[in-house]
Amino acid sequence: MQITELTALELGRKIKKKEISVREALDASYQKIETADGELNSFVTLDQEAAYARVEKVQAGIEDGSIAGPLAGVPTAIKDNICTEGLRTTCSSKILYNFVPTYQAEVIRNMEKAGAVILGKTNMDEFAMGSTTETSAFGPTKNPWNTNHVPGGSSGGSCVAVAAGEAPYALGSDTGGSIRQPSSFCGVVGMKPTYGTVSRYGLIAYGSSLDQIGPIARDVSDCAAILEMIASHDKKDSTSVARSDYDFTSALVDDVKGLRIGIPSDYLGEGLDDEVRQAVLAAADVLRQKGAVVEEFDLSLVEYAIPAYYVIASAEASSNLARFDGVKYGYRSEQYEGLHNMYKKSRSEGFGEEVKRRIMLGSFVLSSGYYDAYYLKALRTKALIKQSFDRAFEKYDVILAPASPTTAPELGKSLSDPLKMYLGDIYTISVNLAGLPGISVPCCLDSRGLPIGVQMIGDCFKEKSILRAAYAYEQARGSFPMPAISGTDTAASPTVAAVGNIQSTAASAAGSIQDTAAGSVQNTAAAAGQEGE
Amino acid sequence: MAKQYETVIGLEVHVELATKTKIFCGCSTAFGAAPNAHTCPVCTGMPGSLPVLNKQVVEYAMAVGLATNCQIHQFCKFDRKNYFYPDNPQNYQISQLYLPICHDGFVEVETSAGTRKIGIHEIHMEEDAGKLVHDEWEDCSLVDYNRSGVPLIEIVSEPDMRSAEEVIAYLEKLRLIIQYLGASDCKLQEGSMRADVNLSVREVGTEKFGTRTEMKNLNSFKAIGRAIDGERQRQIELLEEGKPVIQETRRWDDNKEYSYPMRSKEDAHDYRYFPDPDLVPVLISDEWLQEVKDRQPELRTEKLARYKKEFDIPEYDAGIITESKRMADIFEEATALCGKPKKVSNWLMGETLRLLKEENREPETLDFSPKNLAKLIDLAEAGTINQTVAKEVFEQIFYHDVDPETYVEEHGLKTVNDEGELRTVVEGVIAANPQSVSDYKGGKEKALGFLVGQTMKAMKGKANPAAVNAMLRELLA
Amino acid sequence: MANIISDETIEYVGILAKLELSDEEKEQAKKDIGRMLDYVDKLNELDTSGVEPMSHVFPVNNVFREDVVTNGDDHEAILKNAPAAKEQSFMVPKTVE
Repeated sequence: MQITELTALELGRKIKKKEISVREALDASYQKIETADGELNSFVTLDQEAAYARVEKVQAGIEDGSIAGPLAGVPTAIKDNICTEGLRTTCSSKILYNFVPTYQAEVIRNMEKAGAVILGKTNMDEFAMGSTTETSAFGPTKNPWNTNHVPGGSSGGSCVAVAAGEAPYALGSDTGGSIRQPSSFCGVVGMKPTYGTVSRYGLIAYGSSLDQIGPIARDVSDCAAILEMIASHDKKDSTSVARSDYDFTSALVDDVKGLRIGIPSDYLGEGLDDEVRQAVLAAADVLRQKGAVVEEFDLSLVEYAIPAYYVIASAEASSNLARFDGVKYGYRSEQYEGLHNMYKKSRSEGFGEEVKRRIMLGSFVLSSGYYDAYYLKALRTKALIKQSFDRAFEKYDVILAPASPTTAPELGKSLSDPLKMYLGDIYTISVNLAGLPGISVPCCLDSRGLPIGVQMIGDCFKEKSILRAAYAYEQARGSFPMPAISGTDTAASPTVAAVGNIQSTAASAAGSIQDTAAGSVQNTAAAAGQEGE
Repeated sequence: MAKQYETVIGLEVHVELATKTKIFCGCSTAFGAAPNAHTCPVCTGMPGSLPVLNKQVVEYAMAVGLATNCQIHQFCKFDRKNYFYPDNPQNYQISQLYLPICHDGFVEVETSAGTRKIGIHEIHMEEDAGKLVHDEWEDCSLVDYNRSGVPLIEIVSEPDMRSAEEVIAYLEKLRLIIQYLGASDCKLQEGSMRADVNLSVREVGTEKFGTRTEMKNLNSFKAIGRAIDGERQRQIELLEEGKPVIQETRRWDDNKEYSYPMRSKEDAHDYRYFPDPDLVPVLISDEWLQEVKDRQPELRTEKLARYKKEFDIPEYDAGIITESKRMADIFEEATALCGKPKKVSNWLMGETLRLLKEENREPETLDFSPKNLAKLIDLAEAGTINQTVAKEVFEQIFYHDVDPETYVEEHGLKTVNDEGELRTVVEGVIAANPQSVSDYKGGKEKALGFLVGQTMKAMKGKANPAAVNAMLRELLA
Repeated sequence: MANIISDETIEYVGILAKLELSDEEKEQAKKDIGRMLDYVDKLNELDTSGVEPMSHVFPVNNVFREDVVTNGDDHEAILKNAPAAKEQSFMVPKTVE
């Protein structure tokens, strides 16, 4: 098995046992990036120099025991909206094309203590606004399962880096589904923790009340270990929550007996792709077979989450992005007349279309005369949505749902109709409004060979419930294949090669993923049940 | 007959709080640092930085609210005020609009027309902006964020004032209260207290308010007085000519004694306030409120009453002394040390005020230690130094805060009480001034004064005049 | 489309947001904002009377710092990314008229 096929924890164990050195792990990632990233474009900035400069120190720390975490020495990729001291941080925007933070995000501090080695910064939708990673000023990132398709977004670069084996794990950020949706499109595990669990200090804000950093990894165990490393109570972030329990890996138990799982019927209706619906129901059956109590219920208010979200997120963004003005950092227009013209030109030239669209909308909904009708109305709606989740969690431990209505769309098909693109966030957005934890776990490939993910949502501070459900599901599913990257096999047509390879791997690994995709729910459940016994 | 107009004035007073650090970060608030030496990612609006509230700011704001008879919103929040300007690094100011910490208070001020009650609409907490300096050489402006994030409270009055006199009385009252609380030094010239004046005029007898303007850039009581008179005149002239007053913000130019509109088509004055998602609400429990109440220091009215009861000093003196928190502190400490309130009061009312006036300084700037004043009083009372020397030593205390004991010792200023030495000097003076001696013996009492003076001069002022007098009479008898 | 965004509104929002749009972009923005608002108007179907607007999902209050100086002079780092600087200060087009 190649180094780049290992999970982060597997690699960490081998580093600890000195089977693989920190340098070899780094070499393997950079070699993979070298061959694959020309086509995938998952990285905006690579930092070999700093990474290799850190190798000795981390290796020594692991050997003398001063760096003890399970992920010590494992390379990682960081979404480019998380500030890294001395390493360019752009939010994939022209307006920050040259910004090099002189301070470290709190998550990065936590990771450095745990011996992480940063490969570079990953591509994203500009300022995390988008669902396709096509709004990046550095060009779109491509889906490694089929490079004609988008990887989802906004954490597309991080998800692709992990899916393609360029990085054993990565960090993303999730404001309305920006970790879970691309994870689902790329066949990786992505998790948005409860709001306040991971410090936002150093995360360049989009919608401050919704933003949360989270892990992206190849399996659920990695996700739990990463979360354990990055979660902390940070006095520099007033919205950071002091939690009583940061031991997330203890939830990795293959036992869901008696776990109460609800599936919102209102998530399974119109707009949901048939194959995705079947995959979600199949996943539910797997868990039922393992002893969970699964039923459908009405969550209600589903159709109000998106409008409420776009009012709140755009309003906050219009204010959060006001600081990008050509005065203190970033892009300043070459030609201007006077102060206000400098502001206007720098911002108009520096921001992309989608960002400008949301700033305009946000400025409008907060402007005199509209605040009550739009902003306060949205905050009231948010309160109602939170209440409907509160009611649901009186009855269920976990809510099971699709991560996205479809699998990854083709490149270039989404941005022309923003409203339609926004509708793609329907199953992820309300989780951010209510501050809940959510995880997306790959379950199978659709008939076109693109991954489908299932989402598990927990009550606030109940990451352990969804980790347990996700882990148990993953055990039954078996290991999920990695996409074949065209760069490694130039002879074959990349798309065909990838799909062919995956389908066969998937079939042997999980028993009947193709059957599941085709609708044979019974078979999957049976197979999983047998495995459990 | 000409119409009679009434001026209606409300004030927005900004006060920089006396915290050690800024409102949302651990940067120093000290004055006088090099540009941007007191800055960090938070107060310069760096991407990803986040604010954390300084608890002391809340306590100072509560203290001022309580001292101005306000209600306290025990659940209050911060809002963002959005506008673009380079002194405002985030391009929004963190302030309080929807739930300010204090509301519905008042202060009573003394004016020539008697006591007036001025309503306080609200007091809210917010952050100060940076400083812009115009650079003539390159035709640009330079931004220094040292003041960015310094905590402010804004005290918004009701439109209850009718004249410059009332406005100044109100400001002096606020200043005194806040200085007593130790919440700010309230220096108008240095900008730690700033007042914006909202002014409108209406015909006497009408109920409805006229259209108001807001005047900024008023940095002395005198400028405020002139600006009020100037703006009142400007508005009356407009009304007399049948022209409307436009609601706008104007900048007062104290040199030209005229205000100019601060309008720009690029300013929409639509601040799009909304609750700051980066900060959590402040919840003031009854216990916390009580703690702050219990800690409130004695304010001026109470202090004045206590002085009357406790100390045998003239009411007028007590009034002057308590008009400055610093002066009152010196008075109390020095009195506690030397036990002579009357003497302490005399030094403060006499020499201290004289020197302050000479220096054109405010009593609040007094920086000598009460201990040294107390020692001086003890030295004079014990007869160790005489009055003339005492005044000389006091000047040294006033300017350099010297220890009077050391100073007197080092400069040999002690009164000479050695009779033998005195006798020798007096004998010499008698021998050197035969004319005065014979005048005195011939009945001219005044001549004795001259001889006393000569003796004091010969002894460099260190003699006790009464002893000299007695010695002269004895030797000339 | 129920929400018609006028030229004046787009002009005004441009001033608030400090964005300068070409005529073409303005037309697009009018359409986009109008469509989004039509969609947002869906919220009016909901009866939210008596519901408190929810800014924070958790009832966390009173997060404070003590009044202690923790930062030193770091002006070099602060000015490092400045597009234009002079005399330890950020340089901007002149602000006084």
